Amino acid sequence: MEFFTEYGAILVLLAACFGFFMAWGVGANDVANAMGTSVGSKALTVKQAIFIAMIFEFAGAYLAGGEVTSTIRKGIVDSAIFMDRPEDLVFGMLSALLAAGIWLMIASFMGWPVSTTHSIVGAIVGFAAVGVSMDAVNWGKVGTIVASWVVSPVMAGTISFALFRSVQHLILQQDDPFTRAKRFIPIYMFFVGFLIAMVTLLKGLKHVFEDAGMALTFFDSALIATVVGILVALLGGYLLTRIKRDISLEADNRFANVERVFAVLMIFTACSMAFAHGSNDVANAVGPLAAVVSIVNSGGNISAKAIMPDWILLLGGAGIVVGLATYGFKVMGTIGRKITELTPSRGFAAELGAAATVVIASGTGLPISTTHTLVGAVLGVGLARGIGALNLQVVGSIFLSWLVTLPAGAGLCIVFFYMFKAFFV
Amino acid sequence: MAFNNAISNIFGVSPIRPLQNHMSEVIKCVSLLEMFFSATFDDNWDAADALFDEIKVSEQLADDLKKEFRIHMPKSLFMPVSRGDLLSILSQQDTIANLTKDICGIILGRKMAIPKQLHSDFLAFAQGATETCVKAQKAINELDELLETGFAGAEVKFVQKLITELATQEQKVDKKERKLRKKLFNIEADLQPVNVMFMYNTIDQIGELADTAEQIGNHVELLLAK
Repeated sequence: MEFFTEYGAILVLLAACFGFFMAWGVGANDVANAMGTSVGSKALTVKQAIFIAMIFEFAGAYLAGGEVTSTIRKGIVDSAIFMDRPEDLVFGMLSALLAAGIWLMIASFMGWPVSTTHSIVGAIVGFAAVGVSMDAVNWGKVGTIVASWVVSPVMAGTISFALFRSVQHLILQQDDPFTRAKRFIPIYMFFVGFLIAMVTLLKGLKHVFEDAGMALTFFDSALIATVVGILVALLGGYLLTRIKRDISLEADNRFANVERVFAVLMIFTACSMAFAHGSNDVANAVGPLAAVVSIVNSGGNISAKAIMPDWILLLGGAGIVVGLATYGFKVMGTIGRKITELTPSRGFAAELGAAATVVIASGTGLPISTTHTLVGAVLGVGLARGIGALNLQVVGSIFLSWLVTLPAGAGLCIVFFYMFKAFFV
Repeated sequence: MAFNNAISNIFGVSPIRPLQNHMSEVIKCVSLLEMFFSATFDDNWDAADALFDEIKVSEQLADDLKKEFRIHMPKSLFMPVSRGDLLSILSQQDTIANLTKDICGIILGRKMAIPKQLHSDFLAFAQGATETCVKAQKAINELDELLETGFAGAEVKFVQKLITELATQEQKVDKKERKLRKKLFNIEADLQPVNVMFMYNTIDQIGELADTAEQIGNHVELLLAK
């Protein structure tokens, strides 16, 4: 189509800018939510948290972010409807990026607990349903996504509850919790290594292996992941041997040394949390960008099976890193100062429960909210009598922010959609 | 730009540290009781007056902490222990400070002269009551360790031991109270009736100190029950 030969370059450039802007927003705000628990429990300093986030967010986005990206790119809208009007899909995706980015800015400014995922999904559904037609939305898929927003916090809460209960039984309620902690914590480290390796092998490196003419069965992957898990546990075990019991710390709280052991574990779960967040939330920013690029490159052919260029995921990862470096560290410090009641033994259970849920969702291509999942996980620890006080009003406000974000993202997106249309056509 | 703060807002301030801070102020207050009695027995009313000022300051501080605590305990908080139990413990802790102030206030106001032959028993009784309060504080100071373990396991056994010690101490104080009353009864005919009445009243109140401390222990035990 000549439309794309004429405007193709500028459309891609615009999409890249908006995508980068949104990824920057995710890095500036959202990462702090995911990593704030580690900083609050004093397992990591802000600097260390930023460092871990940069590496593992990027790895998560690059190695395991593909499935969610493809859901955002082509799962929510029904491609068949756009066959003869591909430019509408391009405008829609551009508007969705801009709308979600701006809505997140507003919400962050007001301090509302909104989710990047909800904003972008709401925006895409909005332009497709109102700007094009009700049939343009793949309602079945959208239903699944919305259901996953309810299921994911519940699932994270359940996992965290179980994890923390196991810690209570195996370590905290025993006569010598310090020795028990050193003995049992490598098992949890094994889970962290296994989880990340498994998702990377099954989802992220699938294409790499296909290109190399290799095919890993599920069993092969499980075997490799087990080996990785054991290696991680060995590394963790070595780090644990360097923690010596310091009796002087126990004057005020007899569990001070036990928490120091858990703080080592929390470094590992913080990595898994950053990886999980990268695998799910980067897609929000790069999914629409990927859609625009693939349509423009194929000259308007939507059904063309284009492989997503690597630079798109790299751009998303880079946006997050820049967001972290320019603004994220500040937010993380603030959040860390506010979460002082969370100890490493609690923080690890919450993070691992949330990370496991998010990584599984990423593997199945479901865009869920990392923040909301983490809130569910924290509540799970609270239900195991683990946290001094939780403010249930916030849970209510999160639910409310849901109801507001979907129409707000949709409304903004519809406005931008007609604006772009008027501008280019 | 502010930030998306769902995570940091979900954590409330744990009630345990403020409860312990309140108790430590209360203990500061009640610990002065013994010195106060010694001063009055020595007929040193200036020293007693100064001690009473200190007691009043501590009592006031405890009162402020209590108000602060209540303001930060909205019903929407989800805690591992019941809000009602915490508020009961708080008000019992506060009762100890209030009683201490009342006891000293009356003695100072009436320049109450305790008969010499009662001095040593009286002092032992007051000391025992104070000791009961200190034992209650020990139980309260274990609350953060209890939270750490999720209110189960080895730590619970440890706290139960503390509470048993507290109950034993309270019984000892009871015995001392009976002994003191008996001695006062034997000499009361020789004393001025109104003064005797107030002496009995003071003994009652000191006994109440120990009772309240024991009730705090009972309430901590309730927190342990699942």
